[in-house]
Amino acid sequence: MKNVSMSRRRFLTASGVAGAGLLVSGCDALDAITQRGGHMRGILESAEWLTYRAQRLLVGESLAQEFTEADIRQPMRPNGVTHPQDADYLDLQAAGFESYRLAVEGLVERPLSLSLGDVRAMPARTQITRHDCVEGWSCIAKWTGVPLAAVLDRAGVRREARFVVFHCFDTIERSLAGEVKYYESIDMIDARHPQTILAYGMNDTLLPIENGAPLRVRVERQLGYKMAKYIRRIELVENYVDIGEGRGSYWADRGYEWYAGI
Amino acid sequence: MPKAKPEISPDAQEAPAPSSRLVYRQALSTRVTHWLWAVSLFFLLMSGLQIFNAHPALYLGHQSGFEFDNTVLRIGVEEAATGPVGYTELLGFRVETTGFLGLSGGSGAQQARAFSSWATIPSGQDLASGRVVHFFFAWLLCFTLLIWLLTSVASGHLKRDILPRRTDLAALGADMADHLRLRFHRGRSYGPLQKLSYALVLLVLLPLMILTGLAMSPGMNAAVPFLADMFGGRQTARTLHFLGMALILLFFIVHILMVALAGPFNEMRSMITGWYRAEDVRASKRKGESQ
Repeated sequence: MKNVSMSRRRFLTASGVAGAGLLVSGCDALDAITQRGGHMRGILESAEWLTYRAQRLLVGESLAQEFTEADIRQPMRPNGVTHPQDADYLDLQAAGFESYRLAVEGLVERPLSLSLGDVRAMPARTQITRHDCVEGWSCIAKWTGVPLAAVLDRAGVRREARFVVFHCFDTIERSLAGEVKYYESIDMIDARHPQTILAYGMNDTLLPIENGAPLRVRVERQLGYKMAKYIRRIELVENYVDIGEGRGSYWADRGYEWYAGI
Repeated sequence: MPKAKPEISPDAQEAPAPSSRLVYRQALSTRVTHWLWAVSLFFLLMSGLQIFNAHPALYLGHQSGFEFDNTVLRIGVEEAATGPVGYTELLGFRVETTGFLGLSGGSGAQQARAFSSWATIPSGQDLASGRVVHFFFAWLLCFTLLIWLLTSVASGHLKRDILPRRTDLAALGADMADHLRLRFHRGRSYGPLQKLSYALVLLVLLPLMILTGLAMSPGMNAAVPFLADMFGGRQTARTLHFLGMALILLFFIVHILMVALAGPFNEMRSMITGWYRAEDVRASKRKGESQ
């Protein structure tokens, strides 16, 4: 009899401990540590620097995994803005992007203004890669475009340039504060990586509107949001404090990591 | 030294066995790493569920099937005649999980989310913050596990206390039977089931979580492409990461239950101060023989 009551008491204690655990987890107090701009958030975000340093050390110049034709099993899944409604973009689209010009400027010796014909006339690279979205899904597609390094060399990057910023056509946010067009940036290591291309072709066709026509960047060793679509202008900068809210990318300004290698 | 004088246990419910003594059971390194793991895993679990909520489906292979079906788990919400219904679909079998998975919250403030707000950090839908929390504690877990592994190999803790021996495996059946009867051995060293579960968690499950986590990183995929391939592709790695989470959660529930059943005061004291009231096995055996 004694044993039975002992185990029952112990069982109740066990339930109590488990219950207390649930209570703690149900508490919204934990939200405070993730408050953007807060001290705790700053500590948590320091891990991004560690990830960036560790991956730059480990990943080096290595190429992202490439796949075969057989791995292309579905159309490329579009995400984010899939059809910019901005007037200048719609005009370009109506004319088949004939008057489109890619501007390359900032810290360069020779600012460029390239037509799609100019871009397509440059040496091309085709790669079948896996696109990893920050949400968690993946999709394999074939991308054709000009290596960004070739474009940069043509413009002549000045020594002090450390980042490549992509300014885009698409308005991703409309608020009382105004309209925000998409922007992204990468460092020179990713910019000069052989698989980093300005893509104009996808799965053996012209890059579709929903996937970023006429030009989008592929940064194969990072997550999808780094691969800006609808590129209007490429700017070389020393730092990105004056771009957007100063964290280097539309999504970084909204709490995501600037370095999205994980 | 507490060993010298027979101390009266402060917890009245645990009447001291005829021959029990306080032993120094948990080294400082064990205790510190234990609590760092506890904190890390707590945050990793809840921020992980936040990340999962951004795309609440799991697949097998390299990619996610949108135009073909390689889904193994999906949590979502669908419109029924009576209104929205939360569902969970595992390997093609669909069950309604309104109130728990897919759709939760009071009738006035129902939210279409895979895991309810009480299970995620932050409580609201916020992938960016979930990732920031997840990667910070992922680093903490890696460091802690690495330091523990190095010190445990050096001190012999791993070989002496964690890795099950042949005799442990032989005694596994009897230990299971004892556990089912809620009869616990309070020895200086861990029992066979304890050793086996700690070894599985520390040497198999946690490294598996780290590796499947890294297999999802596009940066690491460039550095070590065989990692994702080894698991059958990035999406399979993501599925295994989720499965590993479920197994660690299962371990946690059993672990807490065992602590509570075996004597929460004694167990907590040993994991905080290091001192544990152990039964003197030889003494009680001799006593049993003489009766």
